Amino acid sequence: MPNIVFSVIARDLKLAMRRQADIVSALFFFVIVVSLFPLGIGPEVDLLRQLAPGILWVAALLATMLSLPRLFADDYRDGTLEQLALAPHPLGLVVTGKVIAHWLVSGLPLALITPVLGIQFDLSTDALLVLTGAILIGTPALSGIGAIGAALTLGLRGGGILLSLLVLPLYIPVLIFGAGAVDATVSGLGGEGHLSLLAAMTIAAIGFAPWASAAALKIALE
Amino acid sequence: MNDRFNLYRFAAPATFYPLAGKMIPWFVAAGILFGLAGLYIGMLVAPTDFQQGEGYRIIFVHVPTSWMSMFIYLVMAFWAAIGLAFNTRLSGMMARALAPTGALMAFLSLWTGALWGKPMWGTWWVWDARLTSELILLFLYIGYMALVAAIDDPRRGDKAGGILLLVGVVNIPIIYFSVKWWNTLHQGSSVNLTKSSMAEIMLWGMLLMALAFWMYSIAIALARVRTIMLERERHTDWVRQELAGDSQ
Repeated sequence: MPNIVFSVIARDLKLAMRRQADIVSALFFFVIVVSLFPLGIGPEVDLLRQLAPGILWVAALLATMLSLPRLFADDYRDGTLEQLALAPHPLGLVVTGKVIAHWLVSGLPLALITPVLGIQFDLSTDALLVLTGAILIGTPALSGIGAIGAALTLGLRGGGILLSLLVLPLYIPVLIFGAGAVDATVSGLGGEGHLSLLAAMTIAAIGFAPWASAAALKIALE
Repeated sequence: MNDRFNLYRFAAPATFYPLAGKMIPWFVAAGILFGLAGLYIGMLVAPTDFQQGEGYRIIFVHVPTSWMSMFIYLVMAFWAAIGLAFNTRLSGMMARALAPTGALMAFLSLWTGALWGKPMWGTWWVWDARLTSELILLFLYIGYMALVAAIDDPRRGDKAGGILLLVGVVNIPIIYFSVKWWNTLHQGSSVNLTKSSMAEIMLWGMLLMALAFWMYSIAIALARVRTIMLERERHTDWVRQELAGDSQ
């Protein structure tokens, strides 16, 4: 059974590697949005240090969301998705594989570049570690929840804007606990509780969201 | 076949359409009666609050709209579940018909809350847990309406909207508690509605107003679902007969 998950991951990663520009442009979107905030707010280091977790998280939310339409759109257009839905494997497992592959090419790079951006905001080493960890743990939940939105808006006109309307309100808990983990660490409360809740959300999202998106995909393919 | 009253008969638009038409005047009348009684008690009978003065009277609109905004979302999710499980046509139409009313209630709740907050707390808006989650609820309503409006095929729209509603209803508790914890972590709650034992007469006014909003919501949703039914089923015989009957 897990074979289908791994083969979908391998296939999607191979496809993504052939279009590396997409990965890089999402990453640079993240970097540019984060860099815009100091220009808008002003260069006061204390203020920026305080705002950094929120800014990085909001930018991560937007960057993940921008790459969501591609999750199913290409497969939908060339008919692969229909074949996958007809295959004997449960469609939920196929979507699980696609969600994990999406995280590997969109969430993971964000987490890897976060320390560099955090240094720009003069975060302490502890805060930097927790922020990176939080983005690492939390972004899979974003890919999972986002898959539902991507499946629901598949093939619709104006899908991108619609997707943001559907998905961003559902991202709020991840944003709260992701940014909250850093604040709690800085204020000395310890961010473990937040990180645990974030991990719980990720597990729930990876476990359940693919099945909801599979149901949505079946509706889109009817 | 049998004389037993069969509720499922009304799951078909052709039978539900006349039933809804008969029910609407009753709900409108009940809504007006409850509304007049509630407003009478709220505006004239209920005493002035010793802390908040006359301004507190907006509670008679604010609390019922907040209740309705939350309750309507649950009803929509209920219809979505029925629609996805049994593949009934009417369920999706009901969810669609309720959505604008739910969004209106959420908006009214926020608006009256702001009008209340300004004289009482000195500010239009605070990032309080309840205000924030009500705002997110409004976003969820708007997301649902945008999704069903974007899908041309009505049946596909119903089903996709149904999945979104179910995902939303699972998320509402998570959103509510995360906002609550976020709020308590960021700041001590600057706003505290002292849970003073509310005068009984005020409670009555509020309950009557809640019933009035309830009746209004049912009446308007039924009226809306009737137009949706006519639009969706315009190619069927019963709609032709219905419309021909109207023009005579």
